[in-house]
Amino acid sequence: MKQNIWTRPLYYVIAFVVASISLYPLFLMIMSSFKPSNEIFMNPLSLPKSFSLEPYRNLLEQVPFMTYFYNSVVVSVTAVLLILICGSLAAFYIARYTFWWNNALFFFFLMGMMIPIKLGIVPLFILMKDLGLTNSLWSLIFIYTATGIPLSILILTGFFRTMPIELEEAARIDGATDLRILWNVLLPLMRPALGTVMIINFIQAWNDFFFPLIFISNEMKKTIPVGMLSLFGEYSADWGALFAGLTLSSLPMMILFFIASKQFMEGLTAGAIK
Amino acid sequence: MNTAESQVKAVNKPAAKTKTKRKWKRWAIHLFPIPALAIYGLFIVYPILAAFTYSLFDWNGLVRGAFIGLENFQALFTLEPYKELFWNAFQHNILYFVGQLIAQNGLAFILAFIIYKKIKGAEFFKIAFFMPRLLSIIVVGFLWKLILNPNFGALNVILGKFGLESLQKAWLGDPDTALIAIILVNSWFGLGFAVLIFLAGMQSIPHELIEAATLDGAKGWKMMSKIIIPLMMPAITIITVLTFIQSFEAFELVYAMQGSQGEPYHSTDTLAIYFYRLAFGGSSGGGSSAIGLGSALAVVLFLFISVFTAILLYFMRKKEVEM
Repeated sequence: MKQNIWTRPLYYVIAFVVASISLYPLFLMIMSSFKPSNEIFMNPLSLPKSFSLEPYRNLLEQVPFMTYFYNSVVVSVTAVLLILICGSLAAFYIARYTFWWNNALFFFFLMGMMIPIKLGIVPLFILMKDLGLTNSLWSLIFIYTATGIPLSILILTGFFRTMPIELEEAARIDGATDLRILWNVLLPLMRPALGTVMIINFIQAWNDFFFPLIFISNEMKKTIPVGMLSLFGEYSADWGALFAGLTLSSLPMMILFFIASKQFMEGLTAGAIK
Repeated sequence: MNTAESQVKAVNKPAAKTKTKRKWKRWAIHLFPIPALAIYGLFIVYPILAAFTYSLFDWNGLVRGAFIGLENFQALFTLEPYKELFWNAFQHNILYFVGQLIAQNGLAFILAFIIYKKIKGAEFFKIAFFMPRLLSIIVVGFLWKLILNPNFGALNVILGKFGLESLQKAWLGDPDTALIAIILVNSWFGLGFAVLIFLAGMQSIPHELIEAATLDGAKGWKMMSKIIIPLMMPAITIITVLTFIQSFEAFELVYAMQGSQGEPYHSTDTLAIYFYRLAFGGSSGGGSSAIGLGSALAVVLFLFISVFTAILLYFMRKKEVEM
């Protein structure tokens, strides 16, 4: 294709401008988290005069951030584990057996991807209340597991179907049970698919704000996103601490992203493309 | 367990016991989907179905009262202030959808095309566009609330530095700009994701097709509209449908930036925010029937999203060509 000599430079200009808009707010957030509030108000854009840790000290004094952090870890990790267990068991059943109801079962699970579950929040809230799970981390673990199951089953079923049946036949002749075949033969070969499922659901659980907003009111049971709501509600004048809170909330995800940016980007889009 | 061992065991055991064991082994496989079914059924399927029945009852706080048929729906569409609030929020959702289509998906398409053209640093640009997506949406909302602050926010300060004081504004305090600001922030958040999907769509087009079209003299706009866009229609369909669903569920960002009332003066109210107010907020919901009304609104929104998604899928799938 013949190109105007200005086309290429124009591409770079557009990409560069948009990349700056994408990154600058993040840069500003991290930079401001090392400035005491009065310095932010006086020079909002400048680099911090001296990297002050005062905003972080204030943050930890004002809200139980470490508790939020702990809760977020417990909820996300447990939910991801449950999703992997439930998802691979169900996907194995759907992909490796041909009972006449399997297609219907698969479709029933996939429907969940189209259901806007937020709209069922009132019955869900009453259900959690009846189960005695409001203000318990289990309310979050269960709902994230439930919302994660459909997409995980889709991804894992697709992967199970690509694996040669001979693999398990050999094991079956040796008398291995289904569970053993799944655990010892198939799952070790499925690391990429399991990784995708883990990443998608971990981000989802770690970042979600809606469900803890409804289910959790006890300060000591809050996850980081709703914890931010307490911080911004009560200490909105201390901008240094606010920026420190935002930075600290985002840090774990950013570190994971830098370790495995490719897997992150492929994982998050995998669900949509399938 | 190897074969010899199991044979020995079989011999040692009474025949009947082995039979039940084998039968059990065959039935055990049906336990596999049970955990997933139980959790998914209880926490996803049941609540959605229950929302439908809830909407047909009168509610007193969290206590269910008498069956009242479609009265909640009637109130939602005929009584003030419900009626006005509904249409007000509905318009905002439509604007949200259209705004996202242009600001997020339109720009993402251009960026994906630029990366597709193999510019240097493509990997860097992909990462840069994608970074905001890592934040919790509530963090995005709060961060931009600080940036858009009229007095100390970075945006107005930057405008001041460039001598553009006339453009400085209370972005979130002005009903004319608040919703647009939120839509742009949401686009900032979702841009990189859309770029990746579009890019995957473009990269899935076989090279021979592009080359053949080039030999036939297709270029510029013709190449785009006759070859590239039709062949990446699946990606466009996905993004459009996801944007639609997300726009009509818009809640978190508005809640973080403008509160549960959709400040200022409901100018950023969306159906999901209005639903939240009816179901949990009380204040502008109207006493005892709030859960009934909220559930009715949820049902309307659910049906609207489902039906419209189906229509969208039907028409866009028609445009997809077989490769």
